[in-house]
Amino acid sequence: MAEATMLQVLSPSGDVQSDLLPELSEERMVDLYRQMLRTRAIDTRMLALQRQGRIGFYGTCRGQEAATIGSGAAMLPEDWVYPALREGAVLLLRGYSLEQYMGQLVGCALDPTHGRQMPCHFGSDAHNYVTLSSVIGTQINQAMGTAWAMKIKKHKKVTLGYMGDGATSSTDFHCALTIAAVHKVPAVFFCQNNQWAISVPFSKQTASKGIAAKAVAYGMPGVAVDGNDVLAVYRATKEAADRARNGGGPTLIEAITYRQEGHSSSDDPTRYRDAKIHEEWMQRDPLDRYRRFLELEGLVSAEMDAEIEAEVKASVNAAILAAEASPMPDVNTLFTDVYAEMPEQLLEQREDVLQERNEGTADGAFPL
Amino acid sequence: MSSITMVQAVNDALREEMRGDDDVVVLGEDVGINGGVFRCTADLIDEFGEERVIDTPLSESGIIGAAVGMALYGLKPVPEIQFSDFIWPAFDQITSEMAKMRYRSGGQFTCPMVVRTPYGGGIRGGHYHSQSPEAYFTHTPGLVVVIPSDPYDAKGLLKAAIRCEDPVIFLEPKRIYRAPKMDVPDDDDYVVEIGKAAVRREGTDFTITAYGAMVAVALEACEKAAEQGWSGEVVDLRTLLPLDEDAIIQSVTKTGRLVTLQEATKFCGFSSEISAIVAEKAIDVLEAPVKRVSGFDVPFPYTLEHVYMPHADRVLKAIEGVMTY
Repeated sequence: MAEATMLQVLSPSGDVQSDLLPELSEERMVDLYRQMLRTRAIDTRMLALQRQGRIGFYGTCRGQEAATIGSGAAMLPEDWVYPALREGAVLLLRGYSLEQYMGQLVGCALDPTHGRQMPCHFGSDAHNYVTLSSVIGTQINQAMGTAWAMKIKKHKKVTLGYMGDGATSSTDFHCALTIAAVHKVPAVFFCQNNQWAISVPFSKQTASKGIAAKAVAYGMPGVAVDGNDVLAVYRATKEAADRARNGGGPTLIEAITYRQEGHSSSDDPTRYRDAKIHEEWMQRDPLDRYRRFLELEGLVSAEMDAEIEAEVKASVNAAILAAEASPMPDVNTLFTDVYAEMPEQLLEQREDVLQERNEGTADGAFPL
Repeated sequence: MSSITMVQAVNDALREEMRGDDDVVVLGEDVGINGGVFRCTADLIDEFGEERVIDTPLSESGIIGAAVGMALYGLKPVPEIQFSDFIWPAFDQITSEMAKMRYRSGGQFTCPMVVRTPYGGGIRGGHYHSQSPEAYFTHTPGLVVVIPSDPYDAKGLLKAAIRCEDPVIFLEPKRIYRAPKMDVPDDDDYVVEIGKAAVRREGTDFTITAYGAMVAVALEACEKAAEQGWSGEVVDLRTLLPLDEDAIIQSVTKTGRLVTLQEATKFCGFSSEISAIVAEKAIDVLEAPVKRVSGFDVPFPYTLEHVYMPHADRVLKAIEGVMTY
């Protein structure tokens, strides 16, 4: 950790750098907290659902709520977001419905993407949040391209591209940052350095002194920020977005944070994680830290926590019930959206499947 | 009408579409000031400026990835990969991203864009300036794969590709970039429909399927076959994906014999798919087994490329095979 040089507003011990506090109303400060708490509550619930076999896969944001909400909140609604695996909370922050969110996790007919991808692969054009693939790093190049298009069209907008620390070793990271800097595109590249790429620690990912340092060679500002400090993350992202919006080109932000859970529901982190280091990071929890600050400011209370938690529980429960009551995606959606118009070959294959189902000869290769 | 080369046809198509739609942008290595190493984008920068005719860093994955991001935002990018042999760093962006974007987003995000790239042998380019990669792309749902065989189609198909709602891989047969010339309409509205094959020569005894530079070889072979009294039909596929199966089945139903022709390597080549389709849908009309004429299953050679490349006499031998079976 390059803590000496990273931007921090709230220290783990509770000190506040007042001169660095971002310009946020009390209401917005509380909303950041509400979003973080909601993110954690949803994660806890979804991981439990996965364990019960009710959703197939889940990757939590746990431990990264400050980095995720702080960066997402610093963007304007007209800005575009390219997420990686753990940024679903940014889509909710942008106003996406919990029903559709749950619909995607369950893979039912409520999912506008028709259950075509594994859970956590959200996307919504109405929210300028691009549907991710599972491929690591490809979105970095696309974020650069969208930012470039914004510049070509002379729109005063910014594209925020997320990635994990593992993605900084991908080809696309190098291509995207090279081109973004040459053409001064309005992009914010936001690396969630959560110390792990599945089981590979950051020390085995790169010998570089941090990710932010890499920006120097590409020719853009690089900012290291305490990723467990939501106010610092907000400040760093807002500054980078403002600079991009005003023609100042791209920025690489490294949010130094920690993945408190395994990579996904399929992963057992105890096989490779040092218990002592894990415990140290757990002491630096982003929610605890922000809550202590808000409490001192008199902006949160135990009642408010209880109220938020009850509200989240009720809305999540309702969304789960709705998703589980929803039918599977129509079998027709297996063949739609491959092309704008369905070509002859696909019409034929669809016809075969519909006939198979009409004849009742098969309900698929295995029970769902 | 003007008599022009395929290079000029590509250039005209780009120019006309860029004039007609401000969202069309061209990007790639050396496409700006230099006008492309084959001159396909010559002088476009003078008319449209460097914001729309963009010299990029040497980064295929970056070029295609950027174009995907541009297309999602509403531009109509036409990226150029200088030689199709160098497209592989971008294969991930093409097959994992560009091809699947419409599907994986439930139609919310789409990538209307055209990846232009010269392909094929016959220019003494060795391993890495000669290959025919079409089968790698036709194996990917969501892509449209187009290959023109003459200047008329190059212009009309490229204009149609730029107006297409789906992502297009546009493979340009560089062996015939500069010859022959051909009369091509100057009309802005002229396009050649994607997804339709063309019968280049009508015949009754056998069918040859071909595309790109191999169409001319097929026609030459038919001339030679005619000397022996065999009447050949040549179907120029033009769009490989989605394929105009009807045109192939219709021709084979008429002739009863099929020779497929491609310069790509043979095993799992595109012609194998044609052979399989005919076997599934029209085997009862066949009077002889299908013959595939193709490149050999070796890396593309330098000095011996004239031996590697299918030629009319080799095709004629296959024709004899199906005619005398």
